[in-house]
Amino acid sequence: MKDKYIIIVGCGRLGAHVAKMFTRSRNSLVMIDKDATAFSRLSEEYSGFTIEADAVEQDTLLRAKIDQADVLVATTDDDNTNIMIAQVAREIHHVPEVMLRIYDPSRAKIYEGTGITTICTTLLAAEAFSQALGSQEGVTAP
Amino acid sequence: MNIFVVGGGIRTHFLAKSMISKGHELTLIEEEPEVCDRLARNHQALVIQGDGTRPYLLQDAGITRCDLILALTSKDPDNLVICQLASKVYGVPKSMALVNDPANRIIFQKLGVQMVVSTVEIITDLIEQRLFLDDISNLSPIEEGKVSLMEIELKVDDLVVGKTIQAASFPAQSNIGCVLRGQEAIIPGGATRLEAGDRLIIICLPKYQSEVLKTIRGRLT
Repeated sequence: MKDKYIIIVGCGRLGAHVAKMFTRSRNSLVMIDKDATAFSRLSEEYSGFTIEADAVEQDTLLRAKIDQADVLVATTDDDNTNIMIAQVAREIHHVPEVMLRIYDPSRAKIYEGTGITTICTTLLAAEAFSQALGSQEGVTAP
Repeated sequence: MNIFVVGGGIRTHFLAKSMISKGHELTLIEEEPEVCDRLARNHQALVIQGDGTRPYLLQDAGITRCDLILALTSKDPDNLVICQLASKVYGVPKSMALVNDPANRIIFQKLGVQMVVSTVEIITDLIEQRLFLDDISNLSPIEEGKVSLMEIELKVDDLVVGKTIQAASFPAQSNIGCVLRGQEAIIPGGATRLEAGDRLIIICLPKYQSEVLKTIRGRLT
């Protein structure tokens, strides 16, 4: 796989974990978080850049060179912030691949058809639970 | 009209007062319980406590019957999501959002919010206009500030006094819509001669305001 330029917004547990996995595959990474202490979650082998700023402000994304990004991942703990950043990345800066994490899947209708990939942790967990239950009882999950 | 107002805190109070007096039906959605209490006590409106960015809450509040939604929270992403949910998911015909970061105004418009208001921009514009345009007696921005309508009273020593409108050569990007002279209102033509004491109603683009004033006064005030 070709090396990619990836911007991650939100250095929480998920953001830091995603960064760790992407670091292994030799991509260039930029991590944005409005709280600098969040960067302590990054693993030692993380070799990308960090920007301490609010990604809801347009200047922040421009500083991160969003126009050159191949991928943007929005993993802040606020659904609405992720939805806004993802749409700005996809619709305004035309980032080829945009992914976001949300908790409330009903909000995903807003950006239907824009090509943004939704990772809904609530649904993923629910599916995992139901599969675990299914495999226990020897029936397939719906 | 059936109007939804989301967020805005206690500032909603005055907005609600004015809208209800104009006969609109209001639904106010607020997160702070104390603010909800106050709004509910003071207004004939449906007040709902909760997060207005949650689809089920909007649905329960009856958003499908809403004609206009105003998103006034202090968080720009929330305001975007409120307006987008309303227009894209529930088919609300008109949406209006407040933005805190003026740079987000264009972003919101590109993402489908019809009316975007930046209080910071409005206030800075007003301050700038007041600073050098003390003698404009009335100024109203039209269409979110794309056009200004202003009223200027002519003084005896103004350059244009005694000249016809054609001879006064106002900037091309401005138009004198009306001349108020005493009790009379005149729709002027190029041959209309301007007199001291006339009040000119001028329509122009905001960036030509200072030029218009310069034409009249001969200087920037």
